[in-house]
Amino acid sequence: MKAFIQGAGCVSAQDSNVFPGEVRNYEGDRLPVADPDYKQWIDIKQIRRMGRAIKMGVAASHMSLESAGIKNPDAIIMGTAYGCLADTGVFLQKLVTQQEDMLTPTAFIQSTHNTVAGQIALLLGCHAYNNTFVHGAFSLENALQDSLLLLAEDPSRNILAGATDEITDYSHTILRRFGLYKNAHTSELLQSQSQGTMAGEGAAFFVLSAGKGEHSIAQLTAVDMLYRPASEAETAEHIRAFLQRNGLQPADVSLLLTGRNGDTTNDRYYETVEQSMFSNTPVAAFKHFCGEYPTAAAFGVWLAAGSLRRGSIPEEAMVKGQPPVQPERILIWNHHHAKHHSLILLEKC
Amino acid sequence: MMTGSVWIAGGGVISGIGRNLGECVASFEAMQPGMAYMQHLHSAHAQTFPVVEVKAGNDELAAIAGMPAHWSRTALLSRIAAQEAWEASGLGDIRQYRTGFVSANTVGGMDKTEEFMEAFLTGSSKGKLRQVVHHECGAVTELVADAMGVRHHVSTISTACSSGANALMYGARMIRAGMLDVVIAGGTDALTRFTLNGFNTLMILDQQQCRPFDDTRTGLNLGEGAGYVVLVSDAVAKEIRPWCRLSGFANANDAYHQTASSPDGIGNFMAMKAALEMGGLQPEDIGYINLHGTGTQNNDSSEGLAISRLFAGGVPPASSTKSFTGHTLGASGGIEAVFSALALRDGIIYPNANFSVQMRELAFSPVTAFSRGNNLRNVMSNSFGFGGNCSSLVFSKE
Repeated sequence: MKAFIQGAGCVSAQDSNVFPGEVRNYEGDRLPVADPDYKQWIDIKQIRRMGRAIKMGVAASHMSLESAGIKNPDAIIMGTAYGCLADTGVFLQKLVTQQEDMLTPTAFIQSTHNTVAGQIALLLGCHAYNNTFVHGAFSLENALQDSLLLLAEDPSRNILAGATDEITDYSHTILRRFGLYKNAHTSELLQSQSQGTMAGEGAAFFVLSAGKGEHSIAQLTAVDMLYRPASEAETAEHIRAFLQRNGLQPADVSLLLTGRNGDTTNDRYYETVEQSMFSNTPVAAFKHFCGEYPTAAAFGVWLAAGSLRRGSIPEEAMVKGQPPVQPERILIWNHHHAKHHSLILLEKC
Repeated sequence: MMTGSVWIAGGGVISGIGRNLGECVASFEAMQPGMAYMQHLHSAHAQTFPVVEVKAGNDELAAIAGMPAHWSRTALLSRIAAQEAWEASGLGDIRQYRTGFVSANTVGGMDKTEEFMEAFLTGSSKGKLRQVVHHECGAVTELVADAMGVRHHVSTISTACSSGANALMYGARMIRAGMLDVVIAGGTDALTRFTLNGFNTLMILDQQQCRPFDDTRTGLNLGEGAGYVVLVSDAVAKEIRPWCRLSGFANANDAYHQTASSPDGIGNFMAMKAALEMGGLQPEDIGYINLHGTGTQNNDSSEGLAISRLFAGGVPPASSTKSFTGHTLGASGGIEAVFSALALRDGIIYPNANFSVQMRELAFSPVTAFSRGNNLRNVMSNSFGFGGNCSSLVFSKE
């Protein structure tokens, strides 16, 4: 089942209003978010009590509904790897330091992984299907796959699907101890030739439906996941089979949008597979715009959909080759530590 | 594209009333709920709130699971129940099939993260990283998928108390779409101080044994465990003797409050009604309802009123097995799906413990005695929870 992206909304390190015309660059080991004015969508009293994962998710979902011209969707499906880390951290810290005494419910209530989808439903008064996937770098992908299944079962639906993940000081400190990050500049991240990447966060949501409409931005043709491939060769074979199932050869892909993040080991994997099957295909990347996080592919989908609609790819995204003019088809291939691979195929509509 | 049936080939459960499904059924038959003061979780509230722990320490569970004892208890419980489910299915070598593992949980490796935080909060370079490496919900699922040899699909769902039911739905839909032949689907959750204290702040924990669907109920008891069914396609079902069929399912949102159910249970009603419709069934076709029945004032009233409305012509026998297992959160939908599937296979109706006073707003009361030999054709299992997430499953004999 194919779907049309009828609306898209994104909260990220880039300002959604001007990107990609104007790219924001950052220095350090962590990209902040260009926060929109959340008061547009959320009551000011609630904003103060909400963790950023919730605020970003609610904002991105509202932007996507507005751009699709839809008030109430027929399903809300989201992905988050980490869930609501800020509220989880607050509750854990108090639990430990206060020795399980005098705790208050707000942080606990907002710590559950389905808080964002639940809040969106609550704010919209939406009784429809509601689901939350929490599976690392497969969270967004399962949300999209669930959406495609729902559309195959009932093509009359409008589905709100997306992902959100936040960084907190606790999570960043802990993940840094695993050696995941380095200090760099986003404009040079992909050429940094060393281990480590820059952390990111953000949310992106999409309105999906079966039929093409006046708002349609791009076509979501297919989504696939590959878990723990034994080698680059197995991954290449999987990508080839995925394209074949959609009636395509590697040469039919106008642009390969990869999850390169500036970590040499991570990026070499893409390079190896590209040499075997995408030697003449222009290649781009997106994580130097949004940072590395398990649901960063949602930013990639947002960037790719916008590029297909505009008919151009920002120069700053390119890794190899020239930016294609009026691209027909963008294949997003993201991998997380070579263990989780996702393939998301988007086409012009 | 979306054709064919999805069958239950087998199931497995570990809970506070038994380390396998047979032990759990024996506890129901003997009317022995599993509430006790905690032996394994170390909490300031150990003497205040009874819980329904799996009666084994991590070393013992790890030995059964064939996993290291320093891994999250959530993974150990999951592995034990998933393995039992697989063996019950009689499907043999897992690598012969396109197999998926869809597991639900709400805490992930939080039990280990709590230990980590004790040290980390004294200094940011403190705490063993191996205690947080499986913090994410999905990491727990992968430990078990890898141990089971599942490669074709792994995913994790977290919709609070309805998580396990949604895992069954997603697995069934992937089979119907022809993507997979077999899916091990259900949920797991270990008791943690995080959830115990969280539910305590909401003031919905009972200091005595919980009393679901009783007018004097004052809250729930937390439990832990895991439960999985093995879902198979028509083609695979032909090779074995399936327990029953997953004939209907639905997911709706109450959209009323982040943690409370609407007074009339609109989300509950919508989920149950849509699940019946999908199964092509009328309310009178249901022979038993496995209630969500947490024992909180709010849930049992909302659920009870929604059932009264949908089953206006007569409410079938219904009971909350949480009166034995406690509320196992992300595991509950999986555990209760196994109980429901077995109910059909063996004609069992489970008892509701601790019932004595009729709820004033309802005309029906829960079943209080265990029985076998019931001629059940269709069974419903309800899972409702935080975030307004409501799911209902219907199992059918044919």
